[in-house]
Amino acid sequence: MEQLDLDHSVPVFHIDRLSLQLLLMEKGKGVMGSRKWAVDFTDNSSTPSTRDIPDPPGFTRESLDLDDSSLSRQKKDAESNWKSQKAWEVAQAPFKNLMMMGFMMWMAGSTVHLFSIGITFSALWQPLSALQGVGKVFEPYKDNKVDLLAPKLLYIALNLGGMLLGVWKLNTLGLLPTHASDWVSSLPPAHEVEFSGGGIALH
Amino acid sequence: MGSDGKKREGKTDQPSLEFSDPPPPFSLLIAMAMAIKLSLILLFFSSSLIPTFSLFEDQVGLMDWHQRYIGKVKHAVFHTQKAGWKRVVVSTEENVIASLDLRRGEIFWRHVLGANDVVDKIDIALGKYVITLSSEGSILRAWNLPDGQMVWESFLSGSMSSKALLTVPANLKVDLDSPIFVYSGACIHAISSIDGEYLWKKDFASEGSVDVHQLILPGGSDVVHAVGVTDSSQFDTYEIHVKNGGLLKHTSASFPGGIYGEILPISGDRFVVLDASRSVLVLITIENGQIHLEQTHISDLIHGSSGNTVILPSKLSGIFSLRTDNGIVFIKVTGEGKLNVMERVDKTVVISDALPHSEGEQAFALVQHGDGKIELSVRLVHDMSSNHLKETVKMDHERGFVHKIFINNYVRTDRSHGFRALIVMEDHSLLLLQQGEIVWTRDDGLASVIDVATSELPVEKIGVSVAKVEHSLFEWLKGHILKLKGTLMLATPDEVAAIQKIRLQSSEKSKMTRDHNGFRRLLILLTRAGKLYALHTGDGRIVWSTLLQSLRTTSQQCAGLKLHQWQVPHHHALDNNPSVLVVGRCGLSLSSPSALSIVDAYTGKELQNMGPVQHSTVQVISLPFRDSSEQQLHLLIDADKRAHLYPTTPEAANIFQRESENVYWYSVESEAGILRGYGVKKSHSSDTPPSEYCFETRNLWSVVFPSESEKIIATVTRKPNEVVHTQAKMIADEDVMYKYISKNMLFVATVSPKASGPIGSATPDESVLVVYLVDTVTGRILHRMTHLGSQGPVHAVLSENWVVYHYFNLRAHRYEMSVLEIYDQSRAENKDVLKLIVGKHNLTTPVSSYSRPEVTTKSQSYFFTHSVKAISVTSTAKGITSKHLLIGTIGDQVLALDKRFVDPRRSLNPTQAEKEEGLLPLTDALPIIPQSYVTHSFKVEGLRGIETVPAKLESTSLVFAYGVDLFYTRIAPSRTYDSLTEDFNYALLLLTILALVVAIFVTWVLSERKDLQDKWR
Repeated sequence: MEQLDLDHSVPVFHIDRLSLQLLLMEKGKGVMGSRKWAVDFTDNSSTPSTRDIPDPPGFTRESLDLDDSSLSRQKKDAESNWKSQKAWEVAQAPFKNLMMMGFMMWMAGSTVHLFSIGITFSALWQPLSALQGVGKVFEPYKDNKVDLLAPKLLYIALNLGGMLLGVWKLNTLGLLPTHASDWVSSLPPAHEVEFSGGGIALH
Repeated sequence: MGSDGKKREGKTDQPSLEFSDPPPPFSLLIAMAMAIKLSLILLFFSSSLIPTFSLFEDQVGLMDWHQRYIGKVKHAVFHTQKAGWKRVVVSTEENVIASLDLRRGEIFWRHVLGANDVVDKIDIALGKYVITLSSEGSILRAWNLPDGQMVWESFLSGSMSSKALLTVPANLKVDLDSPIFVYSGACIHAISSIDGEYLWKKDFASEGSVDVHQLILPGGSDVVHAVGVTDSSQFDTYEIHVKNGGLLKHTSASFPGGIYGEILPISGDRFVVLDASRSVLVLITIENGQIHLEQTHISDLIHGSSGNTVILPSKLSGIFSLRTDNGIVFIKVTGEGKLNVMERVDKTVVISDALPHSEGEQAFALVQHGDGKIELSVRLVHDMSSNHLKETVKMDHERGFVHKIFINNYVRTDRSHGFRALIVMEDHSLLLLQQGEIVWTRDDGLASVIDVATSELPVEKIGVSVAKVEHSLFEWLKGHILKLKGTLMLATPDEVAAIQKIRLQSSEKSKMTRDHNGFRRLLILLTRAGKLYALHTGDGRIVWSTLLQSLRTTSQQCAGLKLHQWQVPHHHALDNNPSVLVVGRCGLSLSSPSALSIVDAYTGKELQNMGPVQHSTVQVISLPFRDSSEQQLHLLIDADKRAHLYPTTPEAANIFQRESENVYWYSVESEAGILRGYGVKKSHSSDTPPSEYCFETRNLWSVVFPSESEKIIATVTRKPNEVVHTQAKMIADEDVMYKYISKNMLFVATVSPKASGPIGSATPDESVLVVYLVDTVTGRILHRMTHLGSQGPVHAVLSENWVVYHYFNLRAHRYEMSVLEIYDQSRAENKDVLKLIVGKHNLTTPVSSYSRPEVTTKSQSYFFTHSVKAISVTSTAKGITSKHLLIGTIGDQVLALDKRFVDPRRSLNPTQAEKEEGLLPLTDALPIIPQSYVTHSFKVEGLRGIETVPAKLESTSLVFAYGVDLFYTRIAPSRTYDSLTEDFNYALLLLTILALVVAIFVTWVLSERKDLQDKWR
């Protein structure tokens, strides 16, 4: 086998123009899953300075760009449309969750046992963790042209709704300290000023 | 109350939960309150079902022990001839009749007669019946000797009360019957020993007020001789025919000097008695139907004797013994009626009755007390000069002097005669001596426990040898593998037995060191004999015992009264051992001087012997103050209402001076029907008290009950060391009621004087039971309630803010138990959550009784089937666990009754919220669940008291019940929610974890391999 100098023999693929888009997402949910790998297909052809390798002689980037500009614009529009659509989908996803949670809570009843406590805490925990990761969830759809604010707000609102549901459930379970009894139950008896002892004479 | 949480569900798993740790995963949320709530919920899991204490058969003895005693022996009758089992039948001061094995001292059978059924005399008839005469001679019973079954019982009615005498003739046959002669109620009764039938009765009331002292049947004759005294100035003898009770002869002789004490028979026709001045001996001789009296001055016989002469009741034929101040003198009565002094012995010598020994010879024993030993000598009556037998036995100092001796003889294998002696010691213990050795010992002083205290054990020393650890680890593993086998049903019967043995004899429970759960403790018991015992709670063994010297120093009769914790080192003075204070009284009246002593709880040594001190003691008050060495301050109130402070150190005096304006005391004068409250006087009055530790007191208030309508029959207060967790009681719908929690609350029950007798002595219209709750600082009556048509006896228990009391309802003809809960109205306004959150409430401000808080009460009555001997309540370390009432029933068992059954808020149809709270629907009677007897199959005969002590483990309470028997166990009213159960299989858990780890590892390896294969595909 021929010994190869790795520095030079590895072919460098410029995938600027690949319109290949590979996004590994989890089935159905999409937003919740983490990407394993992705090809960055953003067009950075106009920024050749990042490259180490100079353009070959006679190659003009501008002309190429001009040729494809209309095509790429079309594509970009489609992409951003698709992105915003996806973003809305993602934003609405907690709603399904909410319904599901509501059903589960109804099933669990209002007595305290392992099941109802588990349900309630997952109902509280899920929105909380989802809210923590708002930025990450919408990151794939980040685009100059896509307005992510509205879907984000919807997403947050729905998650807050879920959390409220959880809190409400907590309250129906009676686990919220909203009554006087919750605050006085641990108060020790008040100290007595006087002391008195005695009784019947010993015999 | 913590466990009255509002959530309920039927889950009863045993969550392992430490109270100090809030559950970490939930702390993310509203951490603090949540944690509290969750712990409440978890508590509720375990308390939602009504727990019972039912045990499995193999769990008996795991955490309980039961000890059987009989008390101080009064009479003993040996039964050794022609018997397979050699036994001795005894009657005791605790009214017990028992048959004991002479070989080991074990109880063959035992009967505890009631407290009013005092045993007067016992004997054996026909060689198979034990005859007992009790209740001042009015009940005669025969018990089968081998098994203790009652054969017959006869009630003897007399015309007036008199001495009770019993004579069981050995070989008397009257018409195929062997009569028993009883003198009681001023009558002589002849009763068939076969079936208890009345044969005849001779009433002496018609003969003038004669007081019969002796009933004698001279051998072979058919005449009963009754010797008595009329008006203490005339001797009477009656001869009565055994067949029909006909009076054959009556002789009398007047003796103007009067008599002192009892007539003692010397022989068949001779008697001796002291005259009223106790200086003249009168010898009575009956000759040819004539009474001859012969007087001899004691000073002529014994030189230099003073007045305190007593004829000892030992029956020695031909001889009698006389106790004077200087010693005991044996006096022989010669055939001519002369009195000869034979020997003088020490005052502490104890003499037995004479025992027919061999042909016409009689023997008796006398015991002399030496230093650390006793000398037992047996002498023959006709040959007093030498000892027939002399044995020296080593004797524990802590047993004191010999009080009584009973002897019995037996024939040795070499045909010589041997003697065995049963001796009763000063501490009420019973010993059998034979051949110079103690064959067995019974600590029967423990049958008369007066007071109980507990003490912690020493902390375990750090530093254990490796070998020991290895050994214990090996044992531990072995034990658990056996257990595992047991659970998997793989164990052989031998192994099952081994498992049971390991469980019962775990060395863990009887160690002499403090344990983490606080189960191992010392129970310190003060007995009537003035002896202090320390029992280990693990197995009930006696760790040490001390005969208190402070109660023995004077010639006066001293008795222990009270036991108090004196020093409990926890934070400071840790190198000191804990100690207890014993308060005693020397003399019978209230104003007798008192004896105090402080005893080390670890060793039983008397650290300080302060008795007898000058002042008397009628009350002992343990103040809630401690000095720097953690000695508890005590006030001893004397008969003149002066308060004496202990310990007598300047520091204690300083502390007391500082706090004295808030120290009060009260007295309950049951006879007068008055409650009085006192305060400590600040400035010394004109007659200055004798020392700086003595304080004058002044009367602040009095509550006088009208003597014509009310008589105090019971008072009860809260236990001073009771811990209350919370002042709020959560009720349905998250509402709160504030308990009125005061240590200065006294429950008083009074009945109309007519109804103070036994049940049935008054009609329902005449009897009224009134109960009061009194504040003992101000004398304010917090609550008063009248139960018409009810009467005592009242047994009550006061805990937290409630009282439960037991009495008899004459109208319903049933016993009732009532509950009274008292709530603080002045705090009821604290219900605003926001204000509570920011701390704007008056719930933690100190309260004064003088602020007269408004109170409300709730009460309810329930029928209860049993009559009750004692009521107590469980107590736990922090007061969170729900409470159970411990009821000592008439059957001498201890019944645990959940406090929820005696809740005044129970209603017929509880709402959903009330059901969730755990409120039970109202029923008219309290249920008695057979499984909730904490004593299970045992009986605590003669039950007198139930003491509860909190363990360190919050769920658990230690229970000690005492009477003639002792019983100890520990109970968990809400189950042991804070620890794993005894039979939890650690080995199984470990194995499971191990298996899981292995499984994880294996599957990991497998999945790695599969991944690799997938990649190569």
